[in-house]
Amino acid sequence: MDPLTPKDVEHIAQLAYIKLTDEESENMRVQLTNILGHFASLSSVETDGVEATGHTTDSNTVMRKDEPQPPLDQEDVLRNAPDRDGEFVRVRPVLE
Amino acid sequence: MTTQSTNSDFYFSTARDLRAKFDGREMSSVEATKAILDRISSLEPALNTFITVTPERALKDAEIADQRLRGTGQEPTSLTGVPIMLKDNFSTKDVETTAASKILKGYIPPYDGTAVQLLKDAGAVILGKGNLDEFAMGSSSETSAYGPVHNPWDTDRVPGGSSGGASAAVASGECFIAFGSDTGGSIRQPAALCGVVGMKPTYGLVSRFGLLAFGSSLDQIGPLTRSVADCADALNIISSHDPRDSTSVAAPFTDFAQDIDKDISGMNIGVPKEYLVDGIEPGVRAAFEASLKTLEDLGANISETSLPLTDHALAVYYIIAPSEASANLSRYDGVKYGLGSLDNSTSAQATEAARGEGFGDEVKRRIFLGTYALSAGYYDAYYKKAQQVRTLIRREFTDAFLKFDALVTPTTPGVAFKIGDKMDDPFQMYMNDICTIPVNIAGLPSISVPGGMSEGLPVGLQFIGPQFGDTTVIRAAAAYERATNWHQKHPLI
Repeated sequence: MDPLTPKDVEHIAQLAYIKLTDEESENMRVQLTNILGHFASLSSVETDGVEATGHTTDSNTVMRKDEPQPPLDQEDVLRNAPDRDGEFVRVRPVLE
Repeated sequence: MTTQSTNSDFYFSTARDLRAKFDGREMSSVEATKAILDRISSLEPALNTFITVTPERALKDAEIADQRLRGTGQEPTSLTGVPIMLKDNFSTKDVETTAASKILKGYIPPYDGTAVQLLKDAGAVILGKGNLDEFAMGSSSETSAYGPVHNPWDTDRVPGGSSGGASAAVASGECFIAFGSDTGGSIRQPAALCGVVGMKPTYGLVSRFGLLAFGSSLDQIGPLTRSVADCADALNIISSHDPRDSTSVAAPFTDFAQDIDKDISGMNIGVPKEYLVDGIEPGVRAAFEASLKTLEDLGANISETSLPLTDHALAVYYIIAPSEASANLSRYDGVKYGLGSLDNSTSAQATEAARGEGFGDEVKRRIFLGTYALSAGYYDAYYKKAQQVRTLIRREFTDAFLKFDALVTPTTPGVAFKIGDKMDDPFQMYMNDICTIPVNIAGLPSISVPGGMSEGLPVGLQFIGPQFGDTTVIRAAAAYERATNWHQKHPLI
């Protein structure tokens, strides 16, 4: 396969919401290209008409009864927020 | 690491032996727990197997267990009063849970996972949280943000991973049983490299609720122990159908130890030739061949077989697992818990900064790999293709189990390697799991037992069974254990 470009890595970083330093980006580009190169052999496996496996158990969507259950303790949950204001979790503006 | 402790019989005894001591009033759980906590204090500077030790909680657990053992209250279980470790990717109420990541430093979960709850109900004494590769992504326990774990057999070497804290703690006598998770070999590979028993049950037999998710279709909780019997006992405690995990199923048998004393005369065991890869170390190959001879002497019918798609398993795994990881780890956004970034002008920038700073190199690499494989234009070529080949790999196993009761392979191609040796080449690191990964792809049960020594280091022997054939692999492993003394070898530490 063609090597990934710096633009490819930048695009993935945006999709993944991860900020990389310039050095990290270049390392990532080289290593991903190397790893993906090892996967090229997969295309040689004949898979026409083969179903995809998502899970190995026959799991279906399980619905529980709509009955109230005790919730998590509010303080136990909120104590973990990096930026808290009383009963609220503070976030940065979504729109500038 | 030169002198054998005079109390080594105690530290290296099995959970069953310890429970017998409790029953015989030779020792109390509080006494055992204190001795283990002392052992942890003395060994941790050299091994770093724990991220968090909780001595006060453990002693309180032990006091309650002693009451239960004396017949007041609930009937005791096989694990009542037994000191155990939980890998630090198990959600534990009120005890910090980091998954060995900087992004979760200081996170105090508001709830217990199902396996944790079951272990608490059984009266086990929880010593603390075991070190691991960050988010269980690794084969050496070197990617932990809390420093690498050292192998008790040679502290310059890795203990394997990602449950390396668990395997090193069981091998060194810092706990009697440890519980880990296995996505591509993360219980069996470190068990092999530290000379202990490790089992990944059939996918679905242990609830994943409260296990910090890595690859949801592959992850499974299991025990690391010093005997096959302890492994079966531990599975009896943690296996359950859980309404909070839609992939959890009820075991089609009542007792994982039901066949443990049966012999294996007439058992048909296949040796898939693709697992004896070119890169396998000569000492590991020799140990494996000796193990085959032992199994034959026990009356098993050993014959070679072929699973040609094994060669593609690594690629399938390293597409599916990172894809699932990239989705699962999107929850770490630095808003509700974990490392936050407070000095950015927008929400998106804050999230990018928190994740950039909070995740280590290997976790970033896998998120990038998965994000790429799932992105527009590449989904069919990578993710869908990998899922289709996954179906073919499952079929190949299903066909093999028409002929064989179990398969046997080396657990790893080599013994424990030096710390730092493989950190610069991710693909070399991934090759460590070449014998364990196909099992997760197919959701099968598999156990690794001590199966020899090479260069003074432990070698693992892996049995693989058909889906829900957990009692078959336990039976084969127990018969092998009875016929050999590898499980009685312990590091001089």
